[in-house]
Amino acid sequence: MIRDRTPLLIGAILLALLIGGPWLPQWAMFIVTIAFAKGLVALGLMLLLRAGLVSFGQALYYCLGAYAAGALGRFLGIGDVFVQMLAGAAAAGLSAFVLGFLLAKYRGIFFGLLSLALSMILYGLLVKNEALGSTDGFNILPSTLFGIRPGPAWVRYAVLASAAVVAFGLALAVHRYLQTPLGRLAPAIKDNEIRVEYMGASARRAVHVKYVIAALLAGVGGALAATTVGHIDPEMSFWTTSGEFIFITILAGTRSVLAPFAGALLYGAIHTTAYDLSPNTWQMSLGISLLLIIVFLPEGLWSLFKSRVRHP
Amino acid sequence: MSVILNARGLNKAFGAVTAAKDVNAAIEQDSVVGLIGTNGAGKTTFINMITGYLKPDAGTIEYEGRDITPLPPREITRLGICRSFQIPQLYSSLSVLENMMIGLGIVLRNAGLGGYFSRRRIWQTQPVPGYGKPAEEVAEHLLARFGLADYRDRNAQVLPGGVRKLLDIALTMVAKPRVLLLDEPTSGVSAQEKFGIMQMVLDAVRAEGATVLFVEHDMEVVSRFAQRVLAFYDGRIIADAPPAIALNDPEVKRHVVGRSA
Repeated sequence: MIRDRTPLLIGAILLALLIGGPWLPQWAMFIVTIAFAKGLVALGLMLLLRAGLVSFGQALYYCLGAYAAGALGRFLGIGDVFVQMLAGAAAAGLSAFVLGFLLAKYRGIFFGLLSLALSMILYGLLVKNEALGSTDGFNILPSTLFGIRPGPAWVRYAVLASAAVVAFGLALAVHRYLQTPLGRLAPAIKDNEIRVEYMGASARRAVHVKYVIAALLAGVGGALAATTVGHIDPEMSFWTTSGEFIFITILAGTRSVLAPFAGALLYGAIHTTAYDLSPNTWQMSLGISLLLIIVFLPEGLWSLFKSRVRHP
Repeated sequence: MSVILNARGLNKAFGAVTAAKDVNAAIEQDSVVGLIGTNGAGKTTFINMITGYLKPDAGTIEYEGRDITPLPPREITRLGICRSFQIPQLYSSLSVLENMMIGLGIVLRNAGLGGYFSRRRIWQTQPVPGYGKPAEEVAEHLLARFGLADYRDRNAQVLPGGVRKLLDIALTMVAKPRVLLLDEPTSGVSAQEKFGIMQMVLDAVRAEGATVLFVEHDMEVVSRFAQRVLAFYDGRIIADAPPAIALNDPEVKRHVVGRSA
């Protein structure tokens, strides 16, 4: 039996980041933290994609998580990173639990477009809501950690370390989930729902569970992005943000729970470099990168490591 | 023998087409029942109603004295009634072994085992209900019984037709069914292979202790393997008797077998 090296790999990368993090330049810390935030959303999309579902509206939960984190500071004066992430997860998870009763009935293009419609409804509500800053959004309170406010030089590292611990903890949890009977059901749902039902399982319930997990992850990602950037606005639920997450998921592939983070980091690097080199045509560079990935690595970036890491 | 499955007064219509007209059948435990009839006679409708895919317009289906008519397919499966399909329903992107493991995972989960917080290595150590062996061993055991051991690592999509049929039936066995409904288990299989495959299937299924209902068009297969025959015509059961009697019934000869009395 091949040994499962994913937990070890996660542990090693986490340790390297925690130890080496303080030596990273501030801009790199920012890019890596945002990669964790977006990687969490892509991790949720990966779960859905394994079951054959593409959500064009995952920005809904990303944005809900961000606004839940922002509202904590704006209305209750709470700026603790972990409390913000918990609030983001709770807001997104609860919403997905309710909306999941509707979404879990649909497949294919209907699932995709319905999820897109829901995210655009949130966008519409936010741009009209003056208490939440309307189109401008609002600023987030400076981050604290268990009631302590790190010095200016350490804030970025503190948020990065928190992000790394939470993101890799959640990645491990998802990795373990993928080995459970319910987790393993994803490709079966993708292949043949009739057989799933006739073997005694509810495909709809399994999809509902995956949908809620994906939303929880997106909610944490949103809260993390909010506290890292320091500002939130309705664009976070706009369809182009959802497209960005799908881009990252395709870039990463669905073979490993680490892939979405690698994909998000690469996306950040391509985006930053393309914008730096050619501010007016950076979208074209992103498009070309996606095209190259689809043509040459249809299973995503992670297929490069196929033989080295075992996946559930 | 006691009655395990009892269909009473089943009626089903699709618009102007009547697919079941006052269908009554009491199936005895441990019996092997052949369902015969021309296309559109109501055999698959009967199976679809028993397994919950279709709800009868009138009538009830009792399983071990319990009314299962309103239940969805997955709950009927959990009670011990499983089915195979005329067109094999497989997980085509997965290997033969993975197909079996998906089913065994569902069985473990339905039994309240193998949840997220389970401390055991469920696939290697947790005994599967009904088999008393870990999932991986049950999968190997069933694959061997159905002659599929050599195909265990092959992708289901590239299997030959007969092997796909066998895997479809083997998949139904993971839940250790008490009643098994086989929809044309030998269709698409060459005439020479039919008897061998049917023998293997019945040996494997009966060894696990299941009552069997099978749909079949080949009367030689029916007379050799069925203990009792239900002959369908125009949504009705026109004969319910052992094969020697049913296949010689004038009405069955006229409408099903295709020879005049």
